[in-house]
Amino acid sequence: MGIFSKFVAKLKGQSTADPLDWKVLEEELLAADLGPKLTAEILKSAQGLKGDDALSSLKEILNSHLSTKSRVLSGENSVGVILVVGVNGTGKTTSVAKLANLLKSDGNSVMLAAADTFRAAAVDQLQTWGQRIGVSVISGKEGAEPAAVAFDAAVAASASQVNYLIVDTAGRLHNKSDLMAELGKIRRVVEKTLAISEVLLVIDATTGQNGIAQAKIFTEAVEVTGLIVTKLDGTARGGVALAIESALDIPIKFVGTGEGERDFAPFDPAHYLSGLIND
Amino acid sequence: MFDSLSTKLTGAFSSLRSRGKLSSSDIENTCEDIRSALLESDVALSVVDSFIDLIREKSLAALPTLQSGSSQAQAIFEIVNSELIEILGGAARRIRFAKNPPTVIMLAGLQGAGKTTLAGKLAKFYLDQGNTPLLVASDLQRPNAVTQLQVVGESVGVPVFAPEPGNGVGDPVKVAEQALAFAKTKLHNMVIVDTAGRLGVDQELMQQAIKIRNAVKPDEILFVVDAMMGQDAVRTAKAFQDGVGFDGVVLTKLDGDARGGAALSIAKLTGQPIMFSSNGEKLTDFDIFYPERMASRILGMGDVATLAEQAKKALDSDSSAKMEEKFARGDDFTLEDFLEQLEAMSKMGSMSKLLGMLPGAGAMKKQIENFDESEIVRTKSIVQSMTPLERRDPKVLNGSRRARIALGAGRKVQDVNSLVDKFSAAQKMMRQMRNGGRMPPAMAQSMGMPAGMGAGPISSKKAQAPAKKKSKSGNPAKRAAEERG
Repeated sequence: MGIFSKFVAKLKGQSTADPLDWKVLEEELLAADLGPKLTAEILKSAQGLKGDDALSSLKEILNSHLSTKSRVLSGENSVGVILVVGVNGTGKTTSVAKLANLLKSDGNSVMLAAADTFRAAAVDQLQTWGQRIGVSVISGKEGAEPAAVAFDAAVAASASQVNYLIVDTAGRLHNKSDLMAELGKIRRVVEKTLAISEVLLVIDATTGQNGIAQAKIFTEAVEVTGLIVTKLDGTARGGVALAIESALDIPIKFVGTGEGERDFAPFDPAHYLSGLIND
Repeated sequence: MFDSLSTKLTGAFSSLRSRGKLSSSDIENTCEDIRSALLESDVALSVVDSFIDLIREKSLAALPTLQSGSSQAQAIFEIVNSELIEILGGAARRIRFAKNPPTVIMLAGLQGAGKTTLAGKLAKFYLDQGNTPLLVASDLQRPNAVTQLQVVGESVGVPVFAPEPGNGVGDPVKVAEQALAFAKTKLHNMVIVDTAGRLGVDQELMQQAIKIRNAVKPDEILFVVDAMMGQDAVRTAKAFQDGVGFDGVVLTKLDGDARGGAALSIAKLTGQPIMFSSNGEKLTDFDIFYPERMASRILGMGDVATLAEQAKKALDSDSSAKMEEKFARGDDFTLEDFLEQLEAMSKMGSMSKLLGMLPGAGAMKKQIENFDESEIVRTKSIVQSMTPLERRDPKVLNGSRRARIALGAGRKVQDVNSLVDKFSAAQKMMRQMRNGGRMPPAMAQSMGMPAGMGAGPISSKKAQAPAKKKSKSGNPAKRAAEERG
């Protein structure tokens, strides 16, 4: 039985929980990386909870902090261009490959652009993935101008009219303004050929409150339209993603749950919230 | 919401300072501020609560023994500072070298913590100290991790032992074993084993790490952890401690704006010291971890020690000696010296990183973040467009010379003027300092750099205005230019 169920069990028959139990609830929410601010908000909404429907009420409170925006990929453009961005080591390249695999298995034609020309062997890594899942990868040399690679890929994708072009970018810390400006440039040059339909920010589930700063600043730079939450197969519950949805209204669109190419799925709110509260 | 821990604590303490005499309720309020700051920094709740209890207890105990208000606040500040240092590892520890080489260092950690990059940085660090490290590619899991290590190894000039192609092919335990034998025959005195990233809950991969450990018997197992990590850091660290075990912690991605509370939790709960920190994308952005410095940074006292060290590294001893000599002879500080210093500064890394280390930097956070790095390049280009004569003696800069320089540097004449004005102000300051005679030349030199640069790069009109005014009355270059008409 999860800690929430225990908490709720205690509530049954009582008008309200005693202070010690609220402390347990606070601990649990903080441990899930929801952060002190969101935790305080949720605790405040939960103060009146009592009786049999407490668990569902709690879930409802959490649910109310989710974004109401659409969680499916935009299908406006004939070639859907998806820019994948994020800080270093969150799993961008792996997510690009998994997303390509998911789209391909739905019957779409997919092309990848290896615009991470900075990290050693990132291009090779994406090419290896490309071969494994059977999609073509457009790449330049290591150290090549990433915007140039993205541009070439956009031209190629437009010519061959694939359903999706997914652009992998180098990991960058959001507080480095020159690297964020580079991202803006990639966006602009791609848009000379094709409109960008999605910008997905990859957030590592183990990330703490810094994830909010990441989402905020990446959004300022390239208008993030959705999140991919990775590494949810560990013990981390990825609560910062809920904090991001709540604070910035950016919906989670996909989750990564393992190392295989199939360990990737569209976001399921009910499943995520259950995991969050260890239900 | 995005205020850093140091900004928050600076706030908490400045309100303490302004209150004069402290009461126990002041301490209670401060403790509450510190608590929420630490929670927002991702410090684990249990660590936060025990830390706060300690601070409260020590502060209350110290309260009656103190006299004036300001020293009371100072005393609490000291308590927090020393407790932070205590948790962050007490004293920095170095790698224990093996009695019989090679010294074996094994890296372990979650996926994406930055192990492979760190392996390269560690190798470079010890190579520069005269060791002969060998990098070992035992991450055969992640696609092209082996290639990545090879590229990293090549760029730092360290050989990489990689008999297996990786991408799921090969036995990482065997690779590690063979590497050890190879290192012995080739007389490498250090072996750094890169391993696959693994989740704390992944028993299979943890077993593999244990097998590698048992095969190579490392002198140090370093747990590599991302400074951005949240509350799960504690559970992960425990899982690694109970699994493969580790002797020290390496904190990566400290150049981000994450508050690094995970470090505090891990150090406190595992009892292992944080030994290194990695703070940039270049393979030289790596250093020994200094708990005192980290605590100072957290508390908003800046990181002057690191700054001074980097300055020393960047200004090679030759040019420093030359500079001191000049200074002692009574020669003037010229634009040539200024250019040399600008170049040395570029070597030290990004300006925003440097400024961030200065005391009180928390208050100027916005300006520092918006610092335009290319301003240095522009300033350099102006000086580089001058003839040697002009650099030595800016007094000759008349209107037509200035116009030529502006054209050459691709800037406006006003930019040239403002640089010359600022330079004159800096030159004047250097003269005053020498005449004052109290500051040792080396120090004057390192202070002259930011002063000479100061007003310009932080592109704020307010900051520039006073410098301009001053120079109108005392700028020989301008006067000379005016005289010539």
